[in-house]
Amino acid sequence: MLDRIFITFAIIFLSMLAILVVFGDFIQPHDPLLQNFRARDQGPSATYWLGTDDFGRDVFSRILEGSRLSMTIGLVAPLIAAIVGITMGTTAAYFGGWTERIVSRVTDMMMSFDPLLLGVLVVALLGPGIVNLSIAISFALIPSFIRLSRASALSVRQEGYVDAAIAMGRPSYSTILRHVLPNIAGPLVVMTTIWIGSAIRMEATLSFIGLGAQPPAPSWGNIVRYGVQNIFGSPLPALFAGLAITLTVLSFNILGDALRDRLDPDRTVR
Amino acid sequence: MNKLLEVTDVRKIFGGSVRAVDGVSFSLAERETLALVGESGCGKSTVSRLILRLTDPTEGTIRFEGRDITHMSQGALKDIRREIQFVFQDPFSSLDPRMTAGEIVTEPLAIHGKVRNKAERRSTAEQLLQAVGLSAKHVESWPRQFSGGQRQRLGIIRAFALGPRLIVADEPVSALDVSVRSQVINILQDMQEEKGTAYLFISHDMATVKHMADRVAVMYLGKIVELAPKASFFAGPQHPYAESLLSAVPASHPNKRRKRILLAGDPPSPIRIPGGCRFHTRCPIAQDICKSQEPSLQLVGDNHLAACHFAKAWPIASRIGELQPATTTLAIS
Repeated sequence: MLDRIFITFAIIFLSMLAILVVFGDFIQPHDPLLQNFRARDQGPSATYWLGTDDFGRDVFSRILEGSRLSMTIGLVAPLIAAIVGITMGTTAAYFGGWTERIVSRVTDMMMSFDPLLLGVLVVALLGPGIVNLSIAISFALIPSFIRLSRASALSVRQEGYVDAAIAMGRPSYSTILRHVLPNIAGPLVVMTTIWIGSAIRMEATLSFIGLGAQPPAPSWGNIVRYGVQNIFGSPLPALFAGLAITLTVLSFNILGDALRDRLDPDRTVR
Repeated sequence: MNKLLEVTDVRKIFGGSVRAVDGVSFSLAERETLALVGESGCGKSTVSRLILRLTDPTEGTIRFEGRDITHMSQGALKDIRREIQFVFQDPFSSLDPRMTAGEIVTEPLAIHGKVRNKAERRSTAEQLLQAVGLSAKHVESWPRQFSGGQRQRLGIIRAFALGPRLIVADEPVSALDVSVRSQVINILQDMQEEKGTAYLFISHDMATVKHMADRVAVMYLGKIVELAPKASFFAGPQHPYAESLLSAVPASHPNKRRKRILLAGDPPSPIRIPGGCRFHTRCPIAQDICKSQEPSLQLVGDNHLAACHFAKAWPIASRIGELQPATTTLAIS
């Protein structure tokens, strides 16, 4: 019962978020960059629903605008990581031998980097910005995708139907696409959902330490960052941006768990 | 008779020390059924995987229609694969759970470009399903909706879809209930009669072998120890191991009952194959010579080959007492 409530909440929240991200331009009550020094650090009101920051900018509009950036990175980075990671993982599992050894060692090396450290490294090399931030987050997620897809593909590789496909004369790439991928899609979809949440959190973290979106462009991470600097002026920007991050990540995690229960018939209800 | 398949001195050593297949030679003529029998772990499934080129042999050659396919690249093998199909043991793992029955049975046709479009693929699928007694309605069904016997029929008709000249059937009925076994075996026989396909039929069930085979090859620890035409084999096996396998088959009549030969212990590990005759550790009539010299396959009758120093001393069962006192034994069957 409690599960149901959480899942319903997550679905409603994410649907709302999707609408806000797509139609943000029409919903924003104010220009997110417009400064109004007569209305600095205000509390919630009819004009400013979630108050204003120390430049007098509307917090609600800024969080809306920030959601587009955070969500774009949150979706694009795992997608890139999924394409690269799943390709490497399934190829390694399918062919075994040297391919597998090399991929495993590379994965181990990538795993030894903390995502935050990796982000600092990539941004230090390529400079701050949204594209580089996406690259850094993709990089951090790739090893997880490799590990999961490799482990799942290894067990599918043992199945008779893969041998059957080879013995029928199906080329390797085609066997991977037609027989391996469809049979490992379940766990991958589940984990991708959860890792979208992780990507949003990573974006926020890197933006918070100033390596992400550069001001005045808002992202959830840097709204928290500048909100914290002005925490005694008005705690509202940091509070609401933080809340947005928390709720979004939570929703993706709940959705991932729900999908796992749905897609795995072996899992018994506890 | 033309040789369709010729396997010469094939060896497969896993991980440098596991001699799964340790020098196997045999040939198969067109339209012939050769049964490869032996207990589990004797390497018979590895032989099937070697012929299907799912694993590469360590040594030896495999020829199909005179062409050496031992080291052929997967790309070059594609044409050969059209002629060699297979039926696997496990009807549950050998069908992709994410494909419909129609897609499964027509997959070989699709791979080899024999169906031009979806409509043709569907109508072919319906015909194929009907050929093994399934309904055309089943094209959209998923493998999990079928019983074991039905699934194995899907596997069989998939193997026949391309009209291959050889089908490697690795224990095609051993995973099935006894009640559906004969049904599936009849389908295998009917299809063979209709299409003229040769079978390499791998099994550990002597009753099935007696029903299906033209010739019988008995494997023990990675080697063929007896190779003979069916009639001659069932009339008088020359290798004590083959005799013990046959003695485990229940007789149809009490008077026809063979004397039970019980083998001691488990087969030795393929990592440490005994010197001399590889069967001497369990042989009821083993002598000193068996511990030092490995017998080769020798002609002991009409087309009848056996690898035993005492091959002509048949019937073995009656001589056990003379040659060696029987020890406490465990039954294998």
